[in-house]
Amino acid sequence: MKDTVEPYVTDDGRTIGGVLMDMRNITLRFGGVEAIKDISFDIREGEIRAIIGPNGAGKSSMLNVISGFYNPQEGEVWFRGEKRPQMRPYQVARLGIARTFQNIALFEGMTVLDNIMTGRLTHMKSGMFWQALWAGRAEKEEVENREKVERIIDFLEIQAIRKTPVGRLPYGLKKRVELARALAAEPKLLLLDEPMAGMNVEEKEDMSRFILDVNDEFGTTIALIEHDMGVVMDLSDRVVVMDYGRKIGDGTPDEVRGNQEVIDAYLGVAHD
Amino acid sequence: MLYREAGDFKTSYHADNQTFPIKFDRIGFWITMAIAFLVIPFVINDYWANAIFVPFLIYAIAAIGLNILTGYCGQVSLGTGGFMAVGAYACYKLMTAFPDVSIVIHIILAGGITAAVGAAFGLPSLRIKGFYLAVATLAAQFFLVWLFNKVSWFYNYSASGQINAPERFVAGVAVTGPNTAPWAQYMICLVFLTVCALIARNLTRGTVGRSWMAIRDMDIAAEIIGVNPLKAKLTAFAVSSFFVGISGALFFSVYLGAVEVGEAFGIQKSFLVLFMIIIGGLGSIFGCFAGAAFLVLLPVALKVLGVDVLGWPTDLVAHLNLVIVGALIMFFLIKEPHGLAQLWRLAKEKLRLWPFPY
Repeated sequence: MKDTVEPYVTDDGRTIGGVLMDMRNITLRFGGVEAIKDISFDIREGEIRAIIGPNGAGKSSMLNVISGFYNPQEGEVWFRGEKRPQMRPYQVARLGIARTFQNIALFEGMTVLDNIMTGRLTHMKSGMFWQALWAGRAEKEEVENREKVERIIDFLEIQAIRKTPVGRLPYGLKKRVELARALAAEPKLLLLDEPMAGMNVEEKEDMSRFILDVNDEFGTTIALIEHDMGVVMDLSDRVVVMDYGRKIGDGTPDEVRGNQEVIDAYLGVAHD
Repeated sequence: MLYREAGDFKTSYHADNQTFPIKFDRIGFWITMAIAFLVIPFVINDYWANAIFVPFLIYAIAAIGLNILTGYCGQVSLGTGGFMAVGAYACYKLMTAFPDVSIVIHIILAGGITAAVGAAFGLPSLRIKGFYLAVATLAAQFFLVWLFNKVSWFYNYSASGQINAPERFVAGVAVTGPNTAPWAQYMICLVFLTVCALIARNLTRGTVGRSWMAIRDMDIAAEIIGVNPLKAKLTAFAVSSFFVGISGALFFSVYLGAVEVGEAFGIQKSFLVLFMIIIGGLGSIFGCFAGAAFLVLLPVALKVLGVDVLGWPTDLVAHLNLVIVGALIMFFLIKEPHGLAQLWRLAKEKLRLWPFPY
């Protein structure tokens, strides 16, 4: 299944399209440390792609390469059929890639609404002159984008905390607001760095539901890092397994589960 | 219970976006505006204008400028005095070079020139932040003051090294020079402050303001969301310096009339404006007014109370003023970093539930 680029339909009726993002032979070094060693994988349109692996495997570094935060020393990043040149993160954001962070990175001093509105920044083009006057294009744009943001607020059921400063919110809600902020950009590719870290079972269920709904309703392609194996296996269409910066497995959850190298990495292997 | 939100529903995003979403606030705002524009100009005298109102209005503009940079964009600056000097000297050079052009245009242009200078001195902010940036802006402060002292072109080669504002008129009324009526000084400052405050408010509630605040709260996340840090920081420096430049121009031309740069725009001025926004409230336009009013009124009030009423010596009262300001800065930094504006917000929140808080 992996080698074909033909669209196919999953068991639950979603269409998985062609290759959206293609990582080719990525190598990333920090001084003498190789965080990522010659890894290739692709993310197809409409799928939920998981990256898993033990701590320090290089998963977050991989996400940082995708979002432009790190530039790999070797390898190419292809996005929507084009090779992506070296870019600053804000330029990557304009291509339609949004992400959330492992440790919540919300703007604590701003309200929930302002945080999510900031997510729409890449869609707002009015100049400073009109904004200073709060007239013309700027005013219209503000209202239009507010409507889109309100749709996301409804979708994630955070209407009640719209005007609350983010600093006052509990952890679980912050995670949800961060997802809302990323969604507000209407990304083609959404990167989630441990969306369920530190959550209880109920919150995890909620978050899983939101991730599936996002994928289903907006057709957003999702790449996520997660430690909870149950969640990963249930949610994702395909899984990449990393260990010590290498890729040790790639395929459907079932394939990965049966992979001896993956089992060794997770359970350890006897040395004799 | 006049002040309430209950029943004040919004049916459009336009209405929800307005500056004063609560009806009572709107009424309060218009009443304040009416008093400021229609009552005070007719009753103001020389003492009230020079001791309280004109410095308050001018410092409020400077505080808005610094608050945009420090309170909204999170970039600490100790160069406010230097940038005010740029505004003052730009205004002076324009006034003497083009005597036929309106002073209003000169003041705005002086703001523009200061914006360019501010953006240039903002360049280090792309690499350094926090304490180190503060030191870099401190360098700007000393460099600018030195420049205006050293290069005599800036003060038209006058023997005293001072700059003196020539007499200029707006609509036939003198606003600078020795024959200016107190109400004219007051009005021109008030108009500039009103426009500056509205612009600042509009910028901070829109896209530009959100990118500034995003940079302030978490610059890495801001960049990943699509904020260009270069653009956000430099626009913050430019807009901030624009306001500071206007306040410097007014301070020189309308308020003092004659300026010696080290005295009028020294490092103390930078600290004074910084204290205003710390006491008033970082990241709040209302805080700029509160802080400016507080620090302008405090010495006056102390003088009236200490010297006139209690008969203390003048120097004791002046020192007492310094002690109180210092203690207040510490108090606010520890207890309420968002200043008077936050105290006001909290009071409103309490009042909303009063007298049944549970």
